[in-house]
Amino acid sequence: MPGYSDPGFDTLALHAGSQPDPATGARAVPIHLTTSFVFESTDHAAALFNLERAGHVYSRISNPTNAVLEQRMAALEGGIGAIAVASGQAALHLAIATLMGAGSHIVASTALYGGSQNLLHYTLRRFGIDTTFVRPGDIDGWRAAVRPETRLFFGETVGNPGLDVLDIPTVAQIAHEAGVPLLVDSTLTTPWLIKPLEHGADLVYHSATKFLSGHGTVIGGVVVDGGSFDWDRSGKFPGLTEPYDGFHGMTFSEESTVGAFLLRARREGLRDFGACMSPHTAWLILQGIETLSLRMERHMANTEKVVQFLAAHPLVGRVGHPLLESHPSHALAQRLLRHGARGAGSVFSFDIKGSRAQGKAFIEALKVFSHLANVGDCRSLVIHPASTTHFRMNDEALAGAGIGPGTIRLSIGLEDADDLIDDLKRALKAAEKAGA
Amino acid sequence: MMFVPVNGAPTYCYTGGKPFDAAKPTVVFIHGVLNDHSVWILQSRYLAHHGFNVLAVDLPGHCRSGGEAPASVEEAADFIGALLDAAGVQQAALVGHSWGSLIALEAAARLKERVTHLVLVGTAFPMRVSPALIEASMNDPMKALTMVNIFSRSTLCAPPSALGPGTWVFGAGMALGRRVLASNPAVNVFHRGFVACDRYANGEAAITQITAPVLFLLGGVDQMTPPKAAQGLITKAREAGKTVRVVTLPVGHHQMTETPDATLAALHGFLAP
Repeated sequence: MPGYSDPGFDTLALHAGSQPDPATGARAVPIHLTTSFVFESTDHAAALFNLERAGHVYSRISNPTNAVLEQRMAALEGGIGAIAVASGQAALHLAIATLMGAGSHIVASTALYGGSQNLLHYTLRRFGIDTTFVRPGDIDGWRAAVRPETRLFFGETVGNPGLDVLDIPTVAQIAHEAGVPLLVDSTLTTPWLIKPLEHGADLVYHSATKFLSGHGTVIGGVVVDGGSFDWDRSGKFPGLTEPYDGFHGMTFSEESTVGAFLLRARREGLRDFGACMSPHTAWLILQGIETLSLRMERHMANTEKVVQFLAAHPLVGRVGHPLLESHPSHALAQRLLRHGARGAGSVFSFDIKGSRAQGKAFIEALKVFSHLANVGDCRSLVIHPASTTHFRMNDEALAGAGIGPGTIRLSIGLEDADDLIDDLKRALKAAEKAGA
Repeated sequence: MMFVPVNGAPTYCYTGGKPFDAAKPTVVFIHGVLNDHSVWILQSRYLAHHGFNVLAVDLPGHCRSGGEAPASVEEAADFIGALLDAAGVQQAALVGHSWGSLIALEAAARLKERVTHLVLVGTAFPMRVSPALIEASMNDPMKALTMVNIFSRSTLCAPPSALGPGTWVFGAGMALGRRVLASNPAVNVFHRGFVACDRYANGEAAITQITAPVLFLLGGVDQMTPPKAAQGLITKAREAGKTVRVVTLPVGHHQMTETPDATLAALHGFLAP
């Protein structure tokens, strides 16, 4: 029987990492709700602990259900493996904590999710890790921000919430010239819209809470290693290339020429920080991934219609989606994203011409859109970033991230597009009245 | 790990997380084309912690090892002899995968009693490589690398593998191939290795000259080196009165990563005193 040839995206989304359960014949991925796994013998136990053999020991470190999700995400992203964790923020923290410690420095895009901003700007500084923020399109700025202690470049595929598309090939090249990897948050695009590793990124992570799970039901994250970054050649990552007393004196880059990051992230990061994912969560995210391409196609189609409606409305000042030629990332989106500018995602912002009161009236008049702090749900969502997700940022930082006081962020769901447009039409009418 | 100077060049050997101890029986692991020592991690590390001395080598001109990448199986076999001399190893078991299996076979024929056991993983003789693949390895290596990894895999659901749970074996194979290719800017080790496989003509003679028992560890659905392509060598070895064991695992060409435990069990069962 010949082996598999070269499965496409949709086949991998359904099959990568799983097979009918050999014990029961169950076709769907079983949920292995167990903390731990019985050893075959004392020798087997010792071999598992010492990485002489591969297998599951304790579900904080690995679990069969989570492993299916990890393999599937690695397959979809074109990586060598992945680690599922408790949230997108846990994925970002795991990546950073695996690569550096106090005294290190990160160069990051200004256009980040507010939670990532907080982690880099406030929390990590308390632990001695400094960050320089650069506007994603400021290529000279990325290069100029590099310091001897820089250990990571970091950005989002399409920056939150202005949808500034990150020029991954160029930024990756600058990072590599500096001897450091590029980490990309691809939450808003998913591998269906762009595979950052194919464009030069070294590590990718997702808040799986969003489009991957797709139904607004679970919190989870996943970090994928492309296996492309040569830690030995860089010489800046002794935690990966020199013996580590914290794990049997192991030199991770010797154990695996391409997988040192994943080895340390799992063996230290999950072991010690413990931000693991529940197998039940992994299962729900797998359910979502199985229909990812179908859902993303509908997200895109609905978004296109809503963007066209808003762009033509007299009360709307700006629509921040690369679909529009006026958007600064339009050309880059056309070049990098799998479906061109149409593929820049279904989370975008627009500005209402008017006061804060009118913005409030708009949000409160919506019926189909839900006012809440999430994106990437199958239902359409709305939020006011300046007072919620980015409320800790001052006006200057807000402006740097492309957010105004009247900016509204939408996450377009899977409802009938006509109903979404009707809802927006009614809410804009309410906003207009509030300004009268 | 240790670096052994061989023919004037530093040769990297992974020792399985244990210091080299000449008093223990030694096992030398030899990788295939566009691979390195790390494909053997789940076999070599275990053996190193269970009474064996392990030398999982990066062949010359590959990844961490200096020197000129071997242009023929015979040249590589000479290197294995020189490695044993340089490491002070009188006797060793040789374990080779794919191209490495031909190198192990030829080395065993030359080194005679110095080789205690011979393990040929994913082997074939002759190991013909299609002209299209040889051409692609030179002119479009990424296309050829993809072809090789597609032909090598047998499952979309490998068990916990070389990096542990969550590893995507296909992606790991692709990444390792890219890394090995990039490690030698002077020589296309992909093309050179394939040409060496294709041109090796001494297999049937070599198998009659070995003195060690031989284990054929084959992949039942291997499309790179199908089990039937090893039958000639198996028959020749039996006809020559050699001690022959054949184990066929239900996998493709990535035996060490698609079935790490079964591969280890077969190896350990064969090598254990």
